[in-house]
Amino acid sequence: MIPRSHKRLVRVAIVGVPVLFAAIAILQMRIDAQTRAGAQEQQELMLRSGAMVKKMSLGYESLLADIYWTRAVQYWGAQLGVPHSHYGLLWPLLDITTTLDPHLIVAYRFGAIFLSEPNAGARRPDLAVELVKRGVQANPDDWHLKSDLGFLYYWYLHDYKDAAATYFAASKDPQGPSWLAFMAARISDTGGSIDTSRMIWTQIYNSTDNATTRKKAVEHLAELQATEDEHHLNALAEQYRRHFGHYPSSTRDLRDAGMIRGIPRDPAGFPYEFNTEGKSHLDPNSPIPTLDDLDNPKKQ
Amino acid sequence: MTSPAIEISGLTKDYPVGFWRKRMRRSLDNLTLQVEEGEIFGFLGPNGAGKTTTLKLLMGLIYPTSGTARVRGRSIDDVAMHREIGYLPEQPYFYDYLTARELLDYFARIFGFSAKERGERIARFLERVGLADAAGIQLRKFSKGMLQRVGIAQAILHDPRIVFLDEPMSGLDPLGRREVRDIILDLKREGRTVFFSTHILSDAEMLCDRVAVLLNGKLQGVGAPGDIVSMELHGMEILFELGDGQALPRRFADRATVTGRRCRIEVPEAELYPVIEELRRCEARILSVSALRPTLEDYFFGLVGREKTASHGVEVNAR
Amino acid sequence: MSAMPGVVAINTFREAVRDRVLYNLIFFALLMIGAAILVGQISVGIERIVIINLGLSAISLFGLVMAIFIGVGLVYKEMERRTLYSLLSKPVKRWEFIVGKYAGLLLTLAVNTAFMTLGLVAALLYVSHHFQRSDGSIFIAIYFILLELALVTAFALFFSCFSSPMLSTLFTIGFYIAGVFANDIRNFGELAHKPALGAVTRGLYYILPNFHNFNSIAAAAHGDAIPLSLVGQNTLYAVLYVAVTLLASSAVFSGRNLK
Repeated sequence: MIPRSHKRLVRVAIVGVPVLFAAIAILQMRIDAQTRAGAQEQQELMLRSGAMVKKMSLGYESLLADIYWTRAVQYWGAQLGVPHSHYGLLWPLLDITTTLDPHLIVAYRFGAIFLSEPNAGARRPDLAVELVKRGVQANPDDWHLKSDLGFLYYWYLHDYKDAAATYFAASKDPQGPSWLAFMAARISDTGGSIDTSRMIWTQIYNSTDNATTRKKAVEHLAELQATEDEHHLNALAEQYRRHFGHYPSSTRDLRDAGMIRGIPRDPAGFPYEFNTEGKSHLDPNSPIPTLDDLDNPKKQ
Repeated sequence: MTSPAIEISGLTKDYPVGFWRKRMRRSLDNLTLQVEEGEIFGFLGPNGAGKTTTLKLLMGLIYPTSGTARVRGRSIDDVAMHREIGYLPEQPYFYDYLTARELLDYFARIFGFSAKERGERIARFLERVGLADAAGIQLRKFSKGMLQRVGIAQAILHDPRIVFLDEPMSGLDPLGRREVRDIILDLKREGRTVFFSTHILSDAEMLCDRVAVLLNGKLQGVGAPGDIVSMELHGMEILFELGDGQALPRRFADRATVTGRRCRIEVPEAELYPVIEELRRCEARILSVSALRPTLEDYFFGLVGREKTASHGVEVNAR
Repeated sequence: MSAMPGVVAINTFREAVRDRVLYNLIFFALLMIGAAILVGQISVGIERIVIINLGLSAISLFGLVMAIFIGVGLVYKEMERRTLYSLLSKPVKRWEFIVGKYAGLLLTLAVNTAFMTLGLVAALLYVSHHFQRSDGSIFIAIYFILLELALVTAFALFFSCFSSPMLSTLFTIGFYIAGVFANDIRNFGELAHKPALGAVTRGLYYILPNFHNFNSIAAAAHGDAIPLSLVGQNTLYAVLYVAVTLLASSAVFSGRNLK
């Protein structure tokens, strides 16, 4: 025998609770709409010192490191959609994460990507180098970190001396694969060359299961291929001019002149084009990023 | 049209027991009972018989598995019913951070009395339960007996038509018991109905117009107290100490309990004086003589033995 | 509306103010605000910011401790000690008891917060001898803290209707933490690019109390203006959420058999 007063209240609650929750959700949407604009960059980190956070973590620093790492990833993900973002909190977050747990390898490796990436990151390869250097110091037995560091020197800073030295150090690791030594020798011989770059990206592609990294490697390989193709086409265009007195207007001219067979296409399947100075370039519709896009993004 | 003060029909309460596999234990089984306006009604039964369960059901503190009850014609779900009743819980416990006066003031506010009337009533009722001197003391410092008195005061503070008292005499000294008896009789004199539970037969005998007997959740009988249980003496108990070098008279030897020099015997009332004479002759020191009354437990023990048997002219609920 | 919840509320307030634990908490909160002055003196140029940050954090933290630890015992203690028996035998409906208990604790928290605010104001006057216009946002931040406490109290009360104080404390703290991270939960779902997960986390985001709304300590510390519309929205948010929680509490409690 349930008392009537209880039945009545339960009936009110069954109707009232969902209605009130709906009202709460609508209100929350309005609050969000109001505070969203420009709120992302205003996010505050209450404590910017990793050492301080570590003291306050009361022995749970590795758990806290995981939380900060998650926050760093979320922050990076959230900033991706924000135009003109400076990713201002990325470094402090990574700094705190790696101070809390210096052995969290993933934080160095992906953190370096977030920091260095020109399009999908903070465009701060210098900070990325600092982060990975710290990782190498805390984890001297990990060849991945040294290899990553070598890559940063090579690709972003064009510091071939340090790049070769770092790859060489990595190759000393008994766990390290044999291509590291080869890479070190290659860089110290030739500096920055398309072949070396291609080799680096191929190794990156082969050494990871991470889909994003692989996709990036494929993009870079395609871009390197395109750069190499463009070099060839530019040379052919010079030949063509010497022969016909003017630059070819398209790759079709080269084919008609019998200098190439078929129409050369970039790795995405778009034909290359020529400008009036006889320099080849990608079809504007081609999804392949140019070297400029990848390496020297226009400051937005 | 006058309805009975309390009208209980088919009231049943099951409690879940056990942690993992919930089984139901019936603590009150199909109770049907009527209490008339102006009666003092005793609700008798040993501990665990279902008396407190019944009172909690009537107060709306727990809800019945089945059955209904009406108080002064109102359903017990009806909050208005609570204006006309007062309730003393078993072993009452109140907010111990309050003083007796503050507690009564809190409850008096609920009934909407004005400040002046609250003050006047609280003084009157504290006086009535003998706590006038303790009005300003926090309840945490109260003894069990004092809490019982505060409990009675809060139950009758608002002049309810029906007063429910759960074991009102427990925790009180003999003087306190007498005062509570007087209060109950006063309430009756004022035309109020009193429904109280007890496991002490003599309280019921002295006060009640009618009693109901409950055992294991089942009603055993309803009637005038004398009809329910014989109040005759079982006999007398004598406690005595033997003098030095004295032996226990041979004729007591088989029925006396001896502890060192102390002995205890039970004799029929008619033999009391001859036995005392004899003890005096052998220079025994008599320590106490007391009447042996049947306890409620004796009565219930008998009931359990004779399940379903109507005796003493009790109207037994047909079940 | 009956006067009954008010009567219960006043008694609840009286219970709280007669508890010595309360004074210890206030003492520690004031101590913390006092310590802020010292900390502020060490760090050059940001005394005010440190005092506001630490002071508001202390008000929020000690308020939470009080709301949770008093809140979880509100109903449970009365059931356990059977003080409810005599109360509910009187013409008090069960929902009136719930609302009264809630209002009583809220009143207690408001009075305590007022005391701690006085401490904070005193500390601020001690370091800067005058008020700035932007200090208004401190009071808005304190009001938001109070709204937050109103929500937490409602949760504690809700759990206290059906579980022991120990469990209720865990539940309430769990809810609070989940509510603080409500934004992160939603972002997590959105970043995962899994529609099902995204729907779940969005749902959670709207159902969980969003304590992020109420956090304006940083804004107050930097003297940023807090838009008035946010004050209105947050108030409405708290009112709606408290209403939901009290309604659920009353529905649960009205069906309970008291021990």
